[in-house]
Amino acid sequence: MTRELTCIGCPMGCELTVEVENGEAVSVSGNTCKVGENYAKTEVSAPVRTVTTTAHGEGGIPVPVKTAQNIPKDKIFEVVKEIKSIRVKLPVSVGTVILTDAAGTGVDIVATKNVE
Amino acid sequence: MFDVTVIGAGSSGCAVARELSRFDISLCVVDKESDVCEGTTKANSAIVHAGFDALPGTLKAKLNVRGSKLMPGLSKLLDFDYKRNGALVLCFDKEQISGLEELALRGAENGVEGVRVISGDEARQMEPALTDEVVAALYAPTSGIVCPFGMTIAFAENAAANGAEFRLSTAVTGIERSDAGYVIHTDKGDIETRTVINAAGVYADKLHAMVSGLPMNITPRRGEYMLLDREAGGLVSHTVFQQPTKMGKGILVTPTVHGNLLLGPTAEDIDDKENTATTRAGLAEVRAKASLSVKGIPFGKVITGFTGLRAVGDTHDFIIGECEDAKGFIDVAGIESPGLTSAPAIGEYVRDIVASLLPLKEKANYIAERKGITKFASLSDGEKNELIRREPAYGTVVCRCETVTAGEILEAINRPLGATTLDGVKRRTRAGMGRCQAGFCSPVTISLIADKLGLGLLDVRKNGSYTDKESGADENA
Amino acid sequence: MREFDLVIIGGGPAGMAAALAAKLEDIDNLIIFERGDELGGILNQCIHNGFGLHTFGEELTGPEYAERYIEQMILNNIPYELGTMVLGMNENKEISIISRERGAETVKARAVILAMGCRERPRGALGIAGFRPQGIYTAGTAQKLVNCMGVVPGREVVILGSGDIGLIMARRMTLEGAKVRAVVELMPYSSGLKRNIVQCLDDYGIPLMLSHTVVDIKGKEKLEGVWVAAVDERNTPIPGTEEYFPCDTLLLSCGLIPENELSKSAGVELSPLTNGPSVDESLQTGIAGVFACGNVLHVHDLVDFVSEEARRAGLNAADYIKCGTTPECEPVEVRPGNGVRYTVPSRIYCECAEDKVHIRFRVTGVFKGAAIVVKSGGRELFRKRGRIFVPSEMQDIIITRDKLGGVDSPIEVSVEEALK
Repeated sequence: MTRELTCIGCPMGCELTVEVENGEAVSVSGNTCKVGENYAKTEVSAPVRTVTTTAHGEGGIPVPVKTAQNIPKDKIFEVVKEIKSIRVKLPVSVGTVILTDAAGTGVDIVATKNVE
Repeated sequence: MFDVTVIGAGSSGCAVARELSRFDISLCVVDKESDVCEGTTKANSAIVHAGFDALPGTLKAKLNVRGSKLMPGLSKLLDFDYKRNGALVLCFDKEQISGLEELALRGAENGVEGVRVISGDEARQMEPALTDEVVAALYAPTSGIVCPFGMTIAFAENAAANGAEFRLSTAVTGIERSDAGYVIHTDKGDIETRTVINAAGVYADKLHAMVSGLPMNITPRRGEYMLLDREAGGLVSHTVFQQPTKMGKGILVTPTVHGNLLLGPTAEDIDDKENTATTRAGLAEVRAKASLSVKGIPFGKVITGFTGLRAVGDTHDFIIGECEDAKGFIDVAGIESPGLTSAPAIGEYVRDIVASLLPLKEKANYIAERKGITKFASLSDGEKNELIRREPAYGTVVCRCETVTAGEILEAINRPLGATTLDGVKRRTRAGMGRCQAGFCSPVTISLIADKLGLGLLDVRKNGSYTDKESGADENA
Repeated sequence: MREFDLVIIGGGPAGMAAALAAKLEDIDNLIIFERGDELGGILNQCIHNGFGLHTFGEELTGPEYAERYIEQMILNNIPYELGTMVLGMNENKEISIISRERGAETVKARAVILAMGCRERPRGALGIAGFRPQGIYTAGTAQKLVNCMGVVPGREVVILGSGDIGLIMARRMTLEGAKVRAVVELMPYSSGLKRNIVQCLDDYGIPLMLSHTVVDIKGKEKLEGVWVAAVDERNTPIPGTEEYFPCDTLLLSCGLIPENELSKSAGVELSPLTNGPSVDESLQTGIAGVFACGNVLHVHDLVDFVSEEARRAGLNAADYIKCGTTPECEPVEVRPGNGVRYTVPSRIYCECAEDKVHIRFRVTGVFKGAAIVVKSGGRELFRKRGRIFVPSEMQDIIITRDKLGGVDSPIEVSVEEALK
């Protein structure tokens, strides 16, 4: 089976052609770098994303956060739900872990901004 | 029990209220909207007409000319923006020049000063952007421009300062006669009053019908406009009309008192008294017809479009007077153009009618003057510093397009009859009126309103009334 | 009157990178005026990732990217004043500012870097008919409400315009629990990056309706829904194709305009093509000592390019402050040719230019298998073939000094289309 993908690895957005057998990529073309190849391989087998959102800080102040690594794409809503369920103590600085092992993904959630 | 209740807080209603607030009577103003000037007054050409257009002998002619004469003094006394910029009425067809001459004669008969017919070239000398198709023009030096919100809010605040009670977000549902006069039923309870002034704009016929069997029909006439960035405001300095037709004064091109360029209105009679939507066809018509008058209109600098509804009566004249079959019920209806100009004169005219019904004794402690909201941008550096030292909120510019500070926005919210919505703040301070149309300032303005009125950020409205739940009124009850 | 060697107007990514570059060139008497209450500008509300691949070699979110520069500001003792709005500037580089702390003040600068960024095109500029109810926001305003104030303005959303902010907000609103019914785009192509269509729309099953537009707005006080119609080749709605989408929120992502009211007040000449100042290859405007960079100059799609451009503006402003010389040679005009919408710079001092001259531009449509060609008179100065050129991606080419020697007729940048 052949799948056409657009690489999201960087703003270039290379158009990738992936030959897939048994849910695994056997060849990737159209990419201009290694990022594209890796993206294609994961995307056809177990797609992942970095998620960015805001958590509730004290006093209703939003705290921008992200997943420290990629998480499985189908876990996005679960992870966001768990982020929204906690209240972040302020002040918080960039890189502070505000939630560990979000929704059982093994990935931590970190603040992306200094919020006082 | 009020002596007088004015229904409708537009320019006519507020002008009447202000005039009557000079006297020792109890006075109430009711409006279904959450702010004053929410109807016809908020969306019109903002022109102070010289008075050459109305037929001699009509109420329109009389009140227009009087209103135009009162305007300069009132704008100083009540601190609202007005400018005498002069007007040109363009003629595109040699055959039609006689029409201009007729207008000039009419103007003279109405008592308008300085009206004269000039050649196309003379007109182009005055306004270089006029198109080559202009063959002649009528020049009216006393024509002016005004801020309709500024004027109406000034009337309302002045009336309130002199004791008039404003009941906003209060819709009249019925009117009944009583021994003393009338009981006005509203969605917020009954109001007892000796006399009623019906200044309800496009709804004046509905209110009239609540007490009178005599026919009255008010047709909403839709007028669509385009407003351009202040960068385009210098394209013309005079108000540029086209020769009038029976549907009105045609599409005009005019600077506004705040330096924008305004194009419009279309004229289309409709049934729906709430239909203030713009249409593709209407906006296209404005574009096409404005281009007949003025060349090089930078349509890329349009910042907003809007629609107003003029309240057009069947008589082609203002309908002002006590109902023949309803004593003490005074109609102020069919106030189409030149209604805004006439407003101060309508106030005087209605005062005289009321005087025939109630004793009007002048108040000893009447406050004649009213001071508007600080215009920070127009102050000198020294004055700015003085103000910021006293109140640091003036040091924060919230609206960058119009340079409006947090101090001014707080003034707008805190004043008597203060703003409760984004539109209310906008009309009082111009925050959000500029080229980015509130994109930049609205989050901050929302915070300021929420903070002052005790609302959640999400509950702050652009327009309209707060329910009890939103405003937290039920918790306080 | 306070006097500075260098005043930088705006403390966003452009202002910070420019300040840093100038400071590293030993310009110590400098200051950044920032109207917000923190440095970082628009990055503070761009909480999504995708920033910094070029500059830092890793993917950062907007606030993280800003933080890297803010650290540099502090480390290098670069002074900045927050909550400070610049109200005007004249041709003598006298700048009037206002803040809560210092009140109204006029300061003088030897050199100025304009780094005020851009703003969004409002509804009125789009001429959408209908009512004017609550619930219509530019995408950036909604972004600020959601990300900085914790206010999600609606539950059912239609987005007009497929600019990057619109696409990002489609995902953002979805993650906040709203239903995004469609992203409607007038053009036959998206004006946003392809990766954003994949990860913001496709991932969430949000339809992208190309060659469609909003033709009417329902709801007098609060938005109730919008009518969407297909458009023909001339972008005119096709009668009979209207479709109604109930929604309480309409977001507009229909283009950004460089914010140049200040530049104009100072008499800086603007380019009608970019709406930003017309500059030479050193990013100097028509007024000696006044430079421009970032989105105030032309709208960028990548912050990394903003930082790089601002760094050059900072270096060149430092040079101007130290040497104060204006080029002795005559500038040569740079103009857009076939398939090119604008160029920055719009003039190059070919005989006095630096070793590498950047020309940045955008193409007017989608070009596959085409080449970018730069010519002066009959002489070809540059050629680059590309698989695909799209309007959403700013092009950045570098012409070396040796190619520019002796060039004296206008330089034209064009797209040489592939043979059909």
